[in-house]
Amino acid sequence: MTRTDKTRSGLTRRATLALGAAALATPMLSRRAFAAPTELTMLAWYGHAEPDMVAEFEAANNVKFVPKYYTGGDNMLGLISQSPPGTFDVILSDAEYVQQLNAAGYIEALDPADYPFDDFFPEFHKFPGHWDGDTLYSVITRFGFLGVAYNTDALTETEASTYDVFWDPRLTGKVGHFDWHLPNLGQISLLNGNPSPYDIDEAAWEAVKEKTLTLRPQVGGFFDYGGTFASLNNGQMLAFAGIGDWITGTLERNGAKVRSVIPEQGGLQFTESFSIGKGSAKADLARKWIQYITSPEGQAKSAQMAAYPCIVPSQKGWEVLAAQNPDEARRQGMVEGPGSAIDLIRTGRIQYRQLPVQQSLEDWNDFWSDYKGA
Amino acid sequence: MRRPVSLYGLTFSLPLLIWQLLFFVFPLVFLIALSFWTVRNFRMQADFDTVNWTTMYGRAIFWQAYGTTLALAAGAAVLTSLLAFPVAYAIAFKLSDRARRWAIMLMVIPFFTSYLVRVYSWQVFLSDAGLINVMLGWVGLGPYGLLNTPGATLLGFVTLAFPLVVLLQLFSLIFIDRTLIEAAHNMRCGRLRTVFAVVIPSARVGLVIAALFAFILSFGDFVSPIYLGGGDPTTLSILITDTTKSGQQWPRAAVIALTMIVTLMVVAFLSIRFAYRGRK
Repeated sequence: MTRTDKTRSGLTRRATLALGAAALATPMLSRRAFAAPTELTMLAWYGHAEPDMVAEFEAANNVKFVPKYYTGGDNMLGLISQSPPGTFDVILSDAEYVQQLNAAGYIEALDPADYPFDDFFPEFHKFPGHWDGDTLYSVITRFGFLGVAYNTDALTETEASTYDVFWDPRLTGKVGHFDWHLPNLGQISLLNGNPSPYDIDEAAWEAVKEKTLTLRPQVGGFFDYGGTFASLNNGQMLAFAGIGDWITGTLERNGAKVRSVIPEQGGLQFTESFSIGKGSAKADLARKWIQYITSPEGQAKSAQMAAYPCIVPSQKGWEVLAAQNPDEARRQGMVEGPGSAIDLIRTGRIQYRQLPVQQSLEDWNDFWSDYKGA
Repeated sequence: MRRPVSLYGLTFSLPLLIWQLLFFVFPLVFLIALSFWTVRNFRMQADFDTVNWTTMYGRAIFWQAYGTTLALAAGAAVLTSLLAFPVAYAIAFKLSDRARRWAIMLMVIPFFTSYLVRVYSWQVFLSDAGLINVMLGWVGLGPYGLLNTPGATLLGFVTLAFPLVVLLQLFSLIFIDRTLIEAAHNMRCGRLRTVFAVVIPSARVGLVIAALFAFILSFGDFVSPIYLGGGDPTTLSILITDTTKSGQQWPRAAVIALTMIVTLMVVAFLSIRFAYRGRK
């Protein structure tokens, strides 16, 4: 029997070549069908680019976040100043550092029409520090209050409702400080009756220093982020200055007997806001992310962030959260009415945390170091 | 007669030279330059201003932290050496070869785990509701404040340095001439006296270098003072982080770092000089 012009497997040469070409082209086809995700770099506090926050956005937009986490505004400024322009597409910052970012030319101007400010409470439509005149540079995404954090086995809420509790003899050696001068000294300034705790004259500043030094014998330690969690969780510290629900809320969710309260002298407010990094090649995608996280659904997600909870500025976000997780909405005071987060702001019990106005940051920091060594 | 530098010799010495230039000399030169820079509005500017030196050296907290760090590191060097010596001695003189190999391996194992984790685990023992206070409670004692104290910081330093100090002491004890010990015993020298009159002087170089390493590791450590000492009292490593955390004062942090480097060099020089004193 005569053999025909076929391979042993029965395929013609042409068919073999076609098959080979198809095999070689397969990666191209699959690449087109499943394009590699676009990387979006985010400079933020820990938690903002974790799956509980970004997975949905990543899947919907074929994006992969590449986070760089920092621990404090100075750390953030240092990381940006040491990186080439365009390194970070999205930058999360506390309000007091937005002006520094803008002054140094690290962030892009934003179009307010791109963001859902109409969903926000009026107090957050033109948040101080986020605007330079009529130009927007950063969009607020969440905030929290700083007051007295306490162990619920050791103190009642009524006892903890004043900064004076830090001087309680029962707490000698059991008062912890979050190791950053701004929130701690701001709280002492409030205790001293300064209505604008960071805008104080020299006499008031001296009084703040004097009062702070009297607290030193009560202090059991100065802790960073991890140390603060550990010392509250294991009951080593029974009261804490300079923090709030962003720490105790996380611990409370996990069963620790700690809570935060806004004392009668008032509390401080910190904010977190998103900007687009100057020179970002993916500004459109960065804008899309900010739109997503400031939408009502994004805001409800942000309020429940696994790393640390926060209050959100979107009124519609509050409604979504109340529908999704009414217990958490109540716990964080995100149900409108007396005693709610917005009510505390409107009744003047909350002041913004900011950089010192009449003294230099160096003065405050130097005193803090001296206080620690006292 | 001076020997010419051969290509062969250069090949083997060049990597060390490059390493020293890249990872010690260049960073050190940069650190020195940085200490004269200034910071304006959160931004560092190349400058030649002595303000960082005068500011840091003029502050009481700097000298207080310096004294604290020096005392804690010296305490850790002495304490670790004292605790490590009986262990190293037993491994060197009392164990069989096989048991000694196992003991050395056990001393190496701590290096496989994170120091941070080891320090955190001490919190389980030292906290008010920790294991030590619970056990003391069984006999009606305590609770005592053990965590967030200088003693806890010292314990962390010992945790860091102990395995290395044991190994360094061990290697110097192993190579002691055994005939010297036998001679001491033959001359009716008691066991304890032999240790002080023969063993320790013979192993002096190794013992001093081991203590020096304990000092170096403790002097620059940040983890134990923060997580076991509660950041109180302030050490130089904590002061560096304080300085950089607020206002981007890296140039002032450079002043502290350079002071630490000079201190370590002086201590190392004096220690080695003491170790080799009387030797030819």
